[in-house]
Amino acid sequence: MTSKLLVRAAATVAALATAVPAFAADGSHAAPALDLPSMLFVFMLSTFIGVGVIRRVSRLLHTPLMSLTNAISAIAVVGAILVTGADYPLHIRFMGAVALFASMTNIVSGFLITNRMLKMFKTRDGGGDKAGH
Amino acid sequence: MLHTAVQLAYLVATALFIFSLHWMSDPKTARNGVNAGVAGMVIAVLATWAQPEIIHHAWIVIAIVLGFVVGVPLSQVSLTAVPQRTALSHAFGGAAAGLVGTAKYYLWLSEGPENLTTFRMIAIMLEIVLGYLTFTGSLLAAGKLQELKWIPQRPVTYPGQNVVNLGLLAVAIGLATYIVLWPSSSLSPALFPIVSFLSLLFGVLLILPIGGADMPTVISILNSYAGLSAVAMGFVLDNKLLITAGALDGSSGLILSIIMCRAMNRSFTNVLFGAFGQVQAQTAQGEQKEYKAETVEGAAQILEQANLVVIIPGYGMAVAQAQHKVREVYDALRQKGITVKFAIHPVAGRMPGHMNVLLAEAEIPYTDLVEMDEINPDMPQCDVALVIGANDVVNPAAATDKNSPIYGMPIIQADKARTVFAIKRSKNPGFAGIDNELYFGDQTWMLFGDAKAVVGELAKQLTGGSGMH
Repeated sequence: MTSKLLVRAAATVAALATAVPAFAADGSHAAPALDLPSMLFVFMLSTFIGVGVIRRVSRLLHTPLMSLTNAISAIAVVGAILVTGADYPLHIRFMGAVALFASMTNIVSGFLITNRMLKMFKTRDGGGDKAGH
Repeated sequence: MLHTAVQLAYLVATALFIFSLHWMSDPKTARNGVNAGVAGMVIAVLATWAQPEIIHHAWIVIAIVLGFVVGVPLSQVSLTAVPQRTALSHAFGGAAAGLVGTAKYYLWLSEGPENLTTFRMIAIMLEIVLGYLTFTGSLLAAGKLQELKWIPQRPVTYPGQNVVNLGLLAVAIGLATYIVLWPSSSLSPALFPIVSFLSLLFGVLLILPIGGADMPTVISILNSYAGLSAVAMGFVLDNKLLITAGALDGSSGLILSIIMCRAMNRSFTNVLFGAFGQVQAQTAQGEQKEYKAETVEGAAQILEQANLVVIIPGYGMAVAQAQHKVREVYDALRQKGITVKFAIHPVAGRMPGHMNVLLAEAEIPYTDLVEMDEINPDMPQCDVALVIGANDVVNPAAATDKNSPIYGMPIIQADKARTVFAIKRSKNPGFAGIDNELYFGDQTWMLFGDAKAVVGELAKQLTGGSGMH
């Protein structure tokens, strides 16, 4: 178990280390300076991390897992804010605002319902969710 | 300076998201996972909002407030409705990706064709195709799960369906390729809405032929698409946080889809293009066999004599909202010193893990919820298997009948138990329309009726009966 944890930690560090220099080259929103290889790196490594982490998720929790990843993938909210708030034509910003609303709905309902479901998972003595603290 | 700070905030958010999913490995730490996810999201939103190019704030505030107004009630739905809520949120995720992609395309188009680089165009086309097909596909799936009257529940199939669907997709990809190759041609801006429309249409056509029993797989696949559309948005916006978080969601959907497909012994393509419904309609017309019915009183007496009772729940338990009555039976049996376990098939219900959440809601300890692979070796020692609203997942034809559409699917071996009681709403075949040999077995007795009513009556007999004996 410890070795698995180490491997995962190493993979995480590797992914983040790749990401950091990429951030430095990451131009501002308006500049079209793109670093395609580093983006592909980030995509590949985060997919591997995702697969590694998700495979260990207890089957008991697959429904909450799906609502949690729903909420996390609503990170699209970041893109929506950039489109809604910048100095763009109105119709562009309006599309951003609708996307922002959709993402925000997913964030709010996703995290709340995940928490609500997880509270219900208990062991026989009634505890369970606090035992790990 | 601020730019670096924003990127570092994204870095922290990414780490928090990874920890969030890591903590889901155990019910004991899972709620930390939610907290980490919320923290990561708040950091990401604030960091983005703080950037200097964000100068209009009113619409952001309004959209966020509306998100809360709609999101909070959506999080309070009953747990039987969780599959449709999940499908609905995939739809929202797809819509957000599609809209941002569309907005960026028209923005760059108006700023001049030099902005429409090949790379950006590939990313945008991927984003809108995935985003829009996830949007309509998930909406339709949510409608089917909600059993809306004007949406066909049974799979809709017609001759040449796959040719039509794949042809449509091919046309969409062909047009998208044209836009990528010649973004500044005068034709491309006219083709863009057509590609969007075809993607929306393809989403509907993809889900139309899919029936309820395949929903766990389809929801997982749509989950994966929603994640991948967020990844594509990351490529469009040159934003690595979107790529990481989207990839985490995409891989989650991928793994769940694989687990679901394995649990049904089917491939992705078979689920999406297999037209499952037609095969079943033919096999359902087999010879008529006789059910043996049992009374609730008789079942209660046999249950009281048992040492090990295995309860096998299915979607029927969810429909009847019977989980709280099941808990009463569980309590009554345990008070008599009987061991009670729940056998959970991966595709029981309408989404991955559906049964676990319902039983946890009824405060049944999760330590008594056992996976199929772990319970099967114990089934020969099982005195009574109580099947509540499950059908395909206990059908022995999956192991014995090569002509059965579910042949090869791993099942919970209820037929190995000494006695089987199966609660069933009516004498008609189940949702999938397949006859279940288990119900005609020598050791099987049927309890006909609404699952909630029958289980409630059973609980009453078990608690009342203990006083009389």
